[in-house]
Amino acid sequence: MDPHGPALRSPRPRRPAGAALAWAAVALVPVAFLAVFFAYPVASIIGRGLADGTALDVLRRRSTGQLLWFTFWQAAASTVLTLAVGLPAAWAVARVDLPGRRLVRALVVVPFVLPTLVVGAALQAVFDAVGVGREATGLRLQGTVWAILLAHLVLNVAVVVRVVGGYWALLDPRTEEAARVLGAPRWRVWREVLAPRLAPALWSAAGIVFLFCFTSFGVILTVGGPGHPTVETEIWRAATQRTDLATAAALALVQLLAVAALVLVVSVLEARAAVGLPARRPSPPRRPRRARGWLPVAAALASALALVAVPLAVLVERSLWMGDGHGLGNYRALGAHGGSGLFVAPWEAVANSLRAAGLAMALAVVVGGVAAVVVVAAGRRGRALDLAVMVPLGTSAVTLGFGILIALDSPPLDLRTAPVIVPIAQALVGIPFVVRSLVPALRAVDPRQREAAAVLGATPTRARLEVDVALAARPLLVGAAFAFAIALGEFGATSFLARPDAPTVPVAMYRLLGQPGAALRGQAMALGTILALLTAVSVLGIERLRPRDALGW
Amino acid sequence: MVTVPVPGLVADGLAVRFGDTPAVAGVSLAVAPGEVVALVGPSGCGKSTLLRVLAGLELPDAGTVAWDGVDLTRSRPHERGFGLMFQDHALFPHRTVGENVAFGPRMRGAAVAARRARVAEVLELVGLSGFEDRSVDTLSGGEAQRVALARSLAPAPRLLMLDEPLGSLDRTLRDRLAGDLRRVLGALGIAAIHVTHDQEEAYAVADRLVVMRAGRVERDGPAAEVWRDPRTEFVARFLGHDDVLDAATARALGLGDGTGPVVVREAAIGLLAVDRAADPDAAPGPVLHGTVAAVRFRGATSAVALELLGPAGEPVGLTVHAADPPPVGARVRVRLDPHHVSPLDG
Repeated sequence: MDPHGPALRSPRPRRPAGAALAWAAVALVPVAFLAVFFAYPVASIIGRGLADGTALDVLRRRSTGQLLWFTFWQAAASTVLTLAVGLPAAWAVARVDLPGRRLVRALVVVPFVLPTLVVGAALQAVFDAVGVGREATGLRLQGTVWAILLAHLVLNVAVVVRVVGGYWALLDPRTEEAARVLGAPRWRVWREVLAPRLAPALWSAAGIVFLFCFTSFGVILTVGGPGHPTVETEIWRAATQRTDLATAAALALVQLLAVAALVLVVSVLEARAAVGLPARRPSPPRRPRRARGWLPVAAALASALALVAVPLAVLVERSLWMGDGHGLGNYRALGAHGGSGLFVAPWEAVANSLRAAGLAMALAVVVGGVAAVVVVAAGRRGRALDLAVMVPLGTSAVTLGFGILIALDSPPLDLRTAPVIVPIAQALVGIPFVVRSLVPALRAVDPRQREAAAVLGATPTRARLEVDVALAARPLLVGAAFAFAIALGEFGATSFLARPDAPTVPVAMYRLLGQPGAALRGQAMALGTILALLTAVSVLGIERLRPRDALGW
Repeated sequence: MVTVPVPGLVADGLAVRFGDTPAVAGVSLAVAPGEVVALVGPSGCGKSTLLRVLAGLELPDAGTVAWDGVDLTRSRPHERGFGLMFQDHALFPHRTVGENVAFGPRMRGAAVAARRARVAEVLELVGLSGFEDRSVDTLSGGEAQRVALARSLAPAPRLLMLDEPLGSLDRTLRDRLAGDLRRVLGALGIAAIHVTHDQEEAYAVADRLVVMRAGRVERDGPAAEVWRDPRTEFVARFLGHDDVLDAATARALGLGDGTGPVVVREAAIGLLAVDRAADPDAAPGPVLHGTVAAVRFRGATSAVALELLGPAGEPVGLTVHAADPPPVGARVRVRLDPHHVSPLDG
């Protein structure tokens, strides 16, 4: 091929000076949004935490050390457990030509966006069911560390299957076959060929899971109970229940630093493990030739699926349980005002959630869409923005909510009681999904296709429209659907920002679960079922949109 | 005075630099309507860049591009009415075969019915009738190539440029498609520039050969003439002539004009086995003696490397092809027929 050929070289820049200015103006949209709604609140926390020396005070407390240590080890244990259960399923999904791959692939995504409160409620229901009549034997999981680990496993096994499985599918099995032929036994193939090649994905998945577990909030509150505080839940308790804002700010600062350090460590480990992927397509997945070969596949998938399916099934069953039989009573009760401890009928929470999530999605699409275009257009200089939009995803939700609460409370930005503050906070978490979905799609657009359009008679604008916009439409929808689903289930930040008379579903669920009475519990299960259904529908919609081989499986 | 414009494409003095590297360094090229030109040269010689300049995808640093006397140097790709078929096709993955082919007519504002008719027409031309609704990623290599051809033909370009369109295909498919390509281009009677690094493909598609080297046109002419009289050693070797003799050897053997090297086309080499009594004086040309140094099997014929000495004892290496090669070490005599020897530029 001609070294100056088309693939390597786009037409030399003919940018007028004004274009750079126009780009800067466009880039201002995401930058301003992040600055006002993310950077400023976070800076406020840091300022407040450092202001009167409380931070040092809090840090010196023995309890803070214990808090950090527990937060750390429960996250580490959760991560190890999740990898152990997720890896076999990742293998099955990546390497085996499963009948109904698309369905399996789709099902695996559901827990990815399953709201933490739904999982918390579902596990509470499971623990109730398992614990019936067994108090004497001591089989009580609710409120134990085991409950927390299990909840994290349920929530994150999909991350491992998705991240590792997707990467695994790109690795050519022939390198392992080559190792086998060269005389390596299976375990050595795993140790010396597969593990090193999978390492980037393993570190990446472990990093994400650890981060999620470290900043976990909803499940710690619902299944861990007050006996197992983490940094995240302590920020929330200090801020909302003891109104000890100084301690909350100091802890939030600790949390920010811990998360920053974690992200740094993980990205270094990931980068160190990175090996270039071969450009060629790996050979397609195969089916086991003997019936016996399906055994490990079935075991791997069944255990991962059961982890998610069983709690959800129990959740649905409990939502229909009326104490003396099954029925729709709990759902009917959602429409009733009063008696629920909420200021509104629980049913209104569903409307609130849909409204907020819809608005959050719209914001995420606009801000994230612009950010993605700028990131791709700016080339190497776009990396900073690319990273900046990801940061809110790594930041703990409670810190985010708390920061917005204390920062945006005075004119000109007194948004504390404005309903729009909830979707704004949710959009911050949704934007990364839009950007991550769009950037690779925009980058993957072959410039020759634009050129092909041009020589076929398309004007430059028309070529962009016919090629880039047409190709980005689906990924944009995928990102939007993710942003919507994430916003629906968002609890940490929303719990700070939702007004008492306008709770979202997770907030309403938490209040209902926190009160005694089987009736309210039943209503919480009903709300949980509705929320699970809504998120599942939106992500299953995503799977229908996703191009067949987007992740290789 | 009225100047009659030269019909068709006239490119004059085109130059493109990438940083310090000249990719195209002063290329002039004319293609008449209906003429099919093969643009050949080794990888990296600037063929693809030249096409991109002609298509308007790259602006030249110097030179002009005109069609029928109208200057197009600064006009944009979509204004030129030229078609370009890309290496590896660059089909739109998000559109069906029919939508890919209909793209050009759609850009020209053709009505739906007209588009549909045109798509059916060009798909039939390339032998893919009924492929309209197929997804692009279900196509085989040969089918994708035909769809790309149909797509670039659909808007009826006045000049079609093909950038190594058969490059990624296997030999058999290539030979067949090259034949098809010639048929289609001939049937349409449009001007075409076919870029390839494969000389056999060039002969199969075009009658005129333009050989590029390091950003310049080294030779331009009817294919048979260029092959017979390559003029430079580079072109001679690129077109597959194995035997080039340097100036001194040529002079000693009395070949050429006595000033420069010569290319000895294979037809010149009369292989005279030693044990056969042939009269070397019966025909003109120098006679050389030597042995068979090596034999390489090449299918229908084998390449036979000869180590020879001229009349005055000057060493000459030649390669001939024979269906029934002599064994290595066999003594041979060779006569060179000067009618099949062409002088090269020193």
